Amino acid sequence: MTAMKTLRSRTVVLPSTNIDTDQIVPARFLTTTTREGLGRNLFADWRYDENGRPRPDFVLNQPAAQGCQVLVAGRNIGCGSSREHAPWALLDFGIRAVVSTEIADIFRNNSLKNGLLPVVVDTATHEWLLANPGAEVTIDLEACTLALPTGTTVKFPIDAFARYCLLNGVDELGYLLSKDAAISAYEQRRA
Amino acid sequence: MTAPKTLFEKVWDRHVVVPETTDTPAVLFIDLHLTHEVTSPQAFQQLRDRGLRLRRPDLTLATMDHSTPTRTEQVFGGAPIAIESAAKQIRQLERNCAEFGVELFGLRHESRGIVHIIGPELGLTQPGRTIVCGDSHTSTHGAFGALAFGIGSTEVGHVFATQCLLQRRAKTLAIEVANRLAPGVTAKDLILGIIGQIGVDGGTGHVIEYRGAAIRAMDMEERMTVCNMSIEAGARAGMIAPDETTYAYLADRPRAPQGAAWEQALARWRTLPTDDGARFDRTVDIDAAALEPMITYGTNPGMVVPISAHIPERGDDPVFAKSLAYMGFTAGEPIRDQPVNIVFLGSCTNGRLSDLRAAAQVLRGHKVARGVHLLVVPGSQQVRREAEREGLDRIFIEAGADWRESGCSMCLGMNGDIVPKGEYAVSTSNRNFEGRQGVGARTLLASPLTAAASAIRGRVTDPRDVLNG
Ligand code: SF4
Repeated sequence: MTAMKTLRSRTVVLPSTNIDTDQIVPARFLTTTTREGLGRNLFADWRYDENGRPRPDFVLNQPAAQGCQVLVAGRNIGCGSSREHAPWALLDFGIRAVVSTEIADIFRNNSLKNGLLPVVVDTATHEWLLANPGAEVTIDLEACTLALPTGTTVKFPIDAFARYCLLNGVDELGYLLSKDAAISAYEQRRA
Repeated sequence: MTAPKTLFEKVWDRHVVVPETTDTPAVLFIDLHLTHEVTSPQAFQQLRDRGLRLRRPDLTLATMDHSTPTRTEQVFGGAPIAIESAAKQIRQLERNCAEFGVELFGLRHESRGIVHIIGPELGLTQPGRTIVCGDSHTSTHGAFGALAFGIGSTEVGHVFATQCLLQRRAKTLAIEVANRLAPGVTAKDLILGIIGQIGVDGGTGHVIEYRGAAIRAMDMEERMTVCNMSIEAGARAGMIAPDETTYAYLADRPRAPQGAAWEQALARWRTLPTDDGARFDRTVDIDAAALEPMITYGTNPGMVVPISAHIPERGDDPVFAKSLAYMGFTAGEPIRDQPVNIVFLGSCTNGRLSDLRAAAQVLRGHKVARGVHLLVVPGSQQVRREAEREGLDRIFIEAGADWRESGCSMCLGMNGDIVPKGEYAVSTSNRNFEGRQGVGARTLLASPLTAAASAIRGRVTDPRDVLNG
């Protein structure tokens, strides 16, 4: 996992509420046995027509979306299936942060484990972002802030440990493995 | 005296290896790890990449369910599995389990089935356990008073390597269900009603405990249906305190404790229910007696109405309008009598024996309406055998249904069992998301009774009309 401190990018906006992980990557692409290459299947059923041609009216297909690393989505993005393929697909496409007023639990968890930053903001900030697609925002993970081009800066919450891992580009497994003695003691107690 | 605790808090406290602090989450021990072909390959690879072994193969069980075929000739007859990438994924799981020493119920195994059906069936799902699986419907196992939740593939790797997870303690939500369900109204209708009331994000950040007279009156299979869809309300998990119904279900199951160990387990389990005076972060009240059969009309499980109601009107809400356009419905029209092309009976929500019995009771002596395809997929091979022993398969086949081997099948359409574009399916599964059952598929979630009644009429039908008339 690569370390992340700040992220400066234009936004791409999907205003729908309750975007479930079946939309982010449909089940028929889950027969893969690796993490790679899922970006092409990101939002597949919204992005492509029956013949696999990109739908020009879908926002991710528009020239303005290319290179955007921040996805602004309607409330409760990532609900439904626990498939980690959803953050893998977003990352493979080039998204590094997802912004909403609410992010579903398992998807948020999976995102943090892969270096995709979940950013929960207040309704007013969210409404501004929805109304201004393509706005250039700066996300500062050290300060836990999101800065709008208007000069407004808002704080966002993030678990202290997840933040530490993201800032340093380390994964959580190393930490868990370091607790081996405590785990063994627990197993003995319970045996 | 210690402070009164909820069921969730008791199970949580007993599994804390390292307590949480402001800087670090708790290290939580996992008693049972269930795994399947779709979310495990990347986790096994994680072990390989880091040169790690699987810490507790004895607490790990693998099955295959999501992408497996349901046609008998592809399962037992040597016909090739239709989808090559699915076949490859199945072979990969076989190799991974052999390499890491994990017990696997392979394609032809008599105990194979949907992961959330076989855990309880075997007696592995027990009160007070922590249970995880790389699958969001792991919440099903909470019906036994276990703390059970879905995890992603990276966390599957964490549990493989350490038998632990890093977790922050969730908030608690009590759902108090007063009174009793009316005849023809099922556990599925109750949970759909609950999601309709609290919303698809109503449980976010919370572990739900379902309580009250209606829950106590339910058998274990009904309780599993309720807990199964906790994730559809956004909850981390759903739990029900164990009681005599739970213990009677578990007694003599092959992997439940036996003899003296059973007595010890019982004594432990009896200490689990929430203490009087324990506090929940939130409480929601539901009147079971006021519920009708419920059915969804939109593209998430919260878009649900009583079967006698009309599809609601929401002014010019564009998300709502897009959802109705996808479904081909108009705001304000009745949901009853909408045409149906496919009926899917199965899944970890409603693929157990009692679900098949309920549907068979409606279908007995009837034929499926002309042009309707009724697909019946038992939740496990054991459910299939038991149903055949009772002759339920004959009822289904005589009604014109397609009787299959077990698996997830049309619940998510990974194995090629799909709803064709634009067609309407009344399904007993748990998700009506766009494209969930196939590209362009239109799903209406309902109970097995409603599904069976709708198959007979070829239209959305209140099961009470068939049962009473
Ligand atoms: S039946 Fe459906 S919801 Fe249940 S585990 Fe299988 S795919 Fe998931």
